[in-house]
Amino acid sequence: MSAARLGLMAVPVAFFALFFAWPVAAIVARGLKVDGAWQFGRIADVVTQPDIRHVLWFTTWQALASTALTLLIALPGAYVFARFDFSGKQVLRAVVTVPFVLPTVVVGTAFLALVGRGGLLDELWGVRLDTTVWAILLAHVFFNYAVVVRTVGGLWAQLDPRQEEAARMLGASPLRAWRKVTLPALAPAVAAAALMVFLFTFTSFGVVQILGGPTFSTLEVEIYRQTSEIFDLSTAAVLTIVQFVAVGAILAVHAWTVRRRETALRLVDASVTARRPRGAREWGLLAGVLATVAVLLVLPLAVLVQRSLGTADFGYYRALTHEDGGTFLVPPIEAIGNSLQYAVAATAIAVVIGGLAAAALARRDAGRLVRGFDALLMLPLGVSAVTVGFGFLIALDEPPLDLRSSWILVPLAQALVGAPFVVRTMLPVLRAVDARLREAAAVLGASPWRVWREVDLPLVRRALLVAAGFAFAVSLGEFGATVFIARADRPTLPVAVARLLGRPGELNYGQAMALSTILMVVCAVALLVLERLRTDRTGEF
Amino acid sequence: MLLSLQDATVRFGGRPVLDAVGLDVAEHEIVCVLGPSGSGKSTLLRVVAGLQPLDGGLVSLDGRDQSGVPAHKRGVGLMFQDHQLFPQRDVGGNVAFGLRMHGTSRPQQQERVRELLDLVGLPGAARRAVASLSGGEQQRVALARALAPRPRLLMLDEPLGQLDRSLRERLVVELRELFGRLGTTVLAVTHDQGEAFALADRVVVMRDGRIAQSGTPLEVWQRPADAFVARFLGFDNVVEGTVAGQAADTPWGKLPVPENAAQGARTLLVRPAGVRLVEAGEGLPCTVAARTFRGTHVAVRLQPEDAPRLEAACALQDAPEAGERVGVEFDAAEVVVLD
Repeated sequence: MSAARLGLMAVPVAFFALFFAWPVAAIVARGLKVDGAWQFGRIADVVTQPDIRHVLWFTTWQALASTALTLLIALPGAYVFARFDFSGKQVLRAVVTVPFVLPTVVVGTAFLALVGRGGLLDELWGVRLDTTVWAILLAHVFFNYAVVVRTVGGLWAQLDPRQEEAARMLGASPLRAWRKVTLPALAPAVAAAALMVFLFTFTSFGVVQILGGPTFSTLEVEIYRQTSEIFDLSTAAVLTIVQFVAVGAILAVHAWTVRRRETALRLVDASVTARRPRGAREWGLLAGVLATVAVLLVLPLAVLVQRSLGTADFGYYRALTHEDGGTFLVPPIEAIGNSLQYAVAATAIAVVIGGLAAAALARRDAGRLVRGFDALLMLPLGVSAVTVGFGFLIALDEPPLDLRSSWILVPLAQALVGAPFVVRTMLPVLRAVDARLREAAAVLGASPWRVWREVDLPLVRRALLVAAGFAFAVSLGEFGATVFIARADRPTLPVAVARLLGRPGELNYGQAMALSTILMVVCAVALLVLERLRTDRTGEF
Repeated sequence: MLLSLQDATVRFGGRPVLDAVGLDVAEHEIVCVLGPSGSGKSTLLRVVAGLQPLDGGLVSLDGRDQSGVPAHKRGVGLMFQDHQLFPQRDVGGNVAFGLRMHGTSRPQQQERVRELLDLVGLPGAARRAVASLSGGEQQRVALARALAPRPRLLMLDEPLGQLDRSLRERLVVELRELFGRLGTTVLAVTHDQGEAFALADRVVVMRDGRIAQSGTPLEVWQRPADAFVARFLGFDNVVEGTVAGQAADTPWGKLPVPENAAQGARTLLVRPAGVRLVEAGEGLPCTVAARTFRGTHVAVRLQPEDAPRLEAACALQDAPEAGERVGVEFDAAEVVVLD
């Protein structure tokens, strides 16, 4: 490995070692070490407890069900986005993507407003879904619709339709041509998207925390409950280890499918493959997809906004500015300022760490070791925010590194969750920079540093902005890690929403809706800015 | 010597791409490395530029060993095969890049850019976007960019490779004129023999990472070193034979050879012009297998009985039809005894 790469990688490696590996190690020690001796039997003890077994079972089957339901609902959408050309497509693409960057807390609240007690369906027909698993499943579909449409639809749009035409000319029926030519090309992307959705729903926290009530609990929620309600840190640690192993396995399979997806497919410019729908069936399909988007993605958010305006004169919004002494030591509105400050700091950290890592990974001579580092960087994303938060809580609270009372703790945790997004956004762009362009600059007398400034930076400036925007949105909405470590007098927006929801009373409920709406607007604005900047739609997010 | 390579060796995964190559380039000399793709000629340029580390041997410039000198400090120019213009800069920005890297003042940069754009025949193009240039114009800008910092050695990788034929033929003449006028020392690589012969003072033919032959274009053309060089130059009439005195025994019968030819088992080359068609019944009996119109002459493919095919060059009005039976005689002056 070259000295240059070692230098680039030193900072991200140190960062991840200190703020990820060490906390994870601390969790393992906390869970499996009793009186100084390793007790691996603890794992078996914990997972055979009936209530824990129930949690494990529920976590797995709801993730499977959510994934299947998402694919069922989103694949027609992927097809419509890939192959049809219709007016308003750009707007619709943005609308579909908004949910993905929305904070889980907002989504949970929105579904509560739609299907919960006193929700829209309750008022109209007396139907409540918040006591059933359906609320969770539908919220998961809401979230992950964009994942499937983006990964599968993005590739589908770039598949050359002439491949299918060639199969037709060789005597295949339309269905057979699709099955033999398009489906095999698409399968790895579908698998990758499905795994991604499975991962996100397997580690679902905010949605289940809000919609699950006392009945439904995923591993994440259980870890949080064991930590903050039962104070059984040792059991929480064991559960974290179990989750860590499961997520590691899922990520390994995902990395494998991604590599397969990269195998030689003939791709064409997406703009040439789309056409106007033809005939009643295609128009019907388009209408069906539009209706799905309206009911599943737009309606919950509309209801959320409507509920937040429940009283006259923006009563709930104005209530946010008052100190209430109980839930908060400060007026809830101050959470906006806290969130923005944390997000700026977290974005700066994530962009530096992720940018350096991407620069190291993008170099041509990347070997096995570096690819391993790539996978390692993805871990915090999948390993779940709760692990990160819990790890911070038990690892960074004593000398030599006591950050418990420092404000930087929250941005550090959020940057850890945001950095993988930065790497994923920057890496394809950096890899696409022709290495010979750098060589051309070097031969003309540019030192390595100048090569980076003169060649790489101008080409990736846009990607850098997009990455920063993603990190910002992730940080704004981050809930799982923040809820562990945010100080009581400095809540972030999602933490404040969750706290308001946890208290009884019409006013608290309304304030939660109002605060969620504010958070949604901030995130949506951030995303719409990103959509304008983004040119390349083949990325993974 | 301006540039000197001694035993330069590069291996990719154990396989030698450059195998103990020795090469000298004198000041003001134009040397063209000629070889098929995969012969290691591009690697040769990258080694000199400092973009590819050596696994063995030595590169020196002006007598100074270059090991450990990074690419940006070598003071050589390299024009890439596909130009590699910086897409986010305009034409002027591309040409001025090397000057900026060397800390030239802004007015001097502008002056030099104007001078170079005039030189390559693109006056006033400084503000144009790179994307708006045609292939030939890009090639000119790439040349201007490489020349701008006045490199002591200019290297060209397939300089005209992607251009169409007529443009290529015109540009190669322009390039030679320009380099002659500027006194530039040039090391170029190409797979096109026409380009190499038109451009170079000296041609170096490479094969599998080794130098197969080095000499003036005329020397190489007249006396290819071996069967590989002969075939690479487009000669197909290569045959094994035994030379004894003024004649050689070959599958095509007895061939006359020049005086003082090397004796014994040899490889022989017969230039198409030395294959004379005569009446059927005289000389070597052949059937005309195919004929290809080549502009100035017709290439006739001949099939003798029980011997490899032969190519003959004849004037348009003399060319026989495919399927005709003819006889063949050989000219001693066009027969070359190789190795």
